[in-house]
Amino acid sequence: MKNIFATRWGVIAVGAGIGILAALLQKWGNPGNMGICVACFERDIAGAVGIHRAAAVQYMRPEIIAFVLGSFGSAFLSKEFRPRSGSSPFVRFVLGVFAMIGSLVFLGCPWRALLRLAGGDGNAILGILGLVFGVWIGTRFLKGGYNLGRTQKNHFSAGLLFPLVMGGLLVLLLIYPPVAGESKNGVLFFSVTGPGAMNAPIVVSLVVGLIIGFVAQRSRFCTMGAFRDVILFRQTHLFGGVVALVVSAFVANTVLGQFKPGFAGQPVAHTMWLWNFLGMSLAGLAFALAGGCPGRQLFLAGEGNGDSAVFVLGMIVGAGFAHNFGLASSPHGIGLHGMAAVIVGLFVCLFIGFTMRKRIA
Amino acid sequence: MKLVDARGLSCPQPVLMTLDAIKEGNEDELEVLVDTDTSRENVLRAVTSQGWKYDAVANEDDDGFRVICTRE
Repeated sequence: MKNIFATRWGVIAVGAGIGILAALLQKWGNPGNMGICVACFERDIAGAVGIHRAAAVQYMRPEIIAFVLGSFGSAFLSKEFRPRSGSSPFVRFVLGVFAMIGSLVFLGCPWRALLRLAGGDGNAILGILGLVFGVWIGTRFLKGGYNLGRTQKNHFSAGLLFPLVMGGLLVLLLIYPPVAGESKNGVLFFSVTGPGAMNAPIVVSLVVGLIIGFVAQRSRFCTMGAFRDVILFRQTHLFGGVVALVVSAFVANTVLGQFKPGFAGQPVAHTMWLWNFLGMSLAGLAFALAGGCPGRQLFLAGEGNGDSAVFVLGMIVGAGFAHNFGLASSPHGIGLHGMAAVIVGLFVCLFIGFTMRKRIA
Repeated sequence: MKLVDARGLSCPQPVLMTLDAIKEGNEDELEVLVDTDTSRENVLRAVTSQGWKYDAVANEDDDGFRVICTRE
């Protein structure tokens, strides 16, 4: 059976769909230019379970859960569910930690960088340039033989574990849903004000997330891969999806009255250009070394890839460090130790890129 | 026929290895092993872009795909 989603027009359609749905999610309650942000939403989940206690960013985001479950459903139905793991999981964990730290210095993952651009936030241009720069460094390592080794086949149930964990988080959310004005319900923490308190209704977030998870798994949509393939192979297949996302989100934002061009006063954004650039450079390099953007890592984890699941956990733990250590930015600017964290992260990623070139057995 | 075993490797390794093998230029036929549908699609796209043609068949043990490519 031919997979129409994996054709040129398939991935363009998926990108366009994601752009429109993201704009709508913002309309339905998600934060500004943050209809979908994989990094921000994983950070909110870290807050919901108390890994960090930044009061403004705590919510059990159903979109993340649904991305994994949607991808799992799609992979299972299309017989692409192939449990495997064992390709340097701890290296991927570390890459996940610094990918998150870089993303939170910029204030968004590549998905949100594109959505910020489509919402008129000029600071996103610096982030996207940084992303391209980071991915470019990654392609130099890939050309030089960088790799993290092979995965091994694994038990069916091992591949099932990450979707089950996500299902467990969903059960927790349904048992302990957010209560207006309350910062805690049962074991979960919730924001009363701030971005964490802005959310579309749970059912809406779940349905949209399932749709996106399903079609993104089929189409292999990947924001980092889009830039990587253009740089590495001059190949624009995935790039078509990214362009479609920006264009469709821009059109949808304009129709919905959400397009507000400018640099200052943009929602959940700061204007420190150098750190927007460098934060996203770090994230882009980490994503390139790990082989996928944060959304793609969720979809791969849904397909049974245990290494991508470890990367996601790295991002969630990284969000804990980012907020506990004052590394994450805020609309006022970068965090107290944000600069140090980005520099350390770049050195760690360069170390990984330069040293992990063992020949593939 | 040259063999490229890209099983278990994450993006974009299978494509890099296939293109490297094509660019070595010594072979008119190439056998590529991959273990995911994504890698299969990516490799097929890459060999087509080089003006090669391909024939993909699933391995007998359901462990992935064996792609035979030939220079046009």
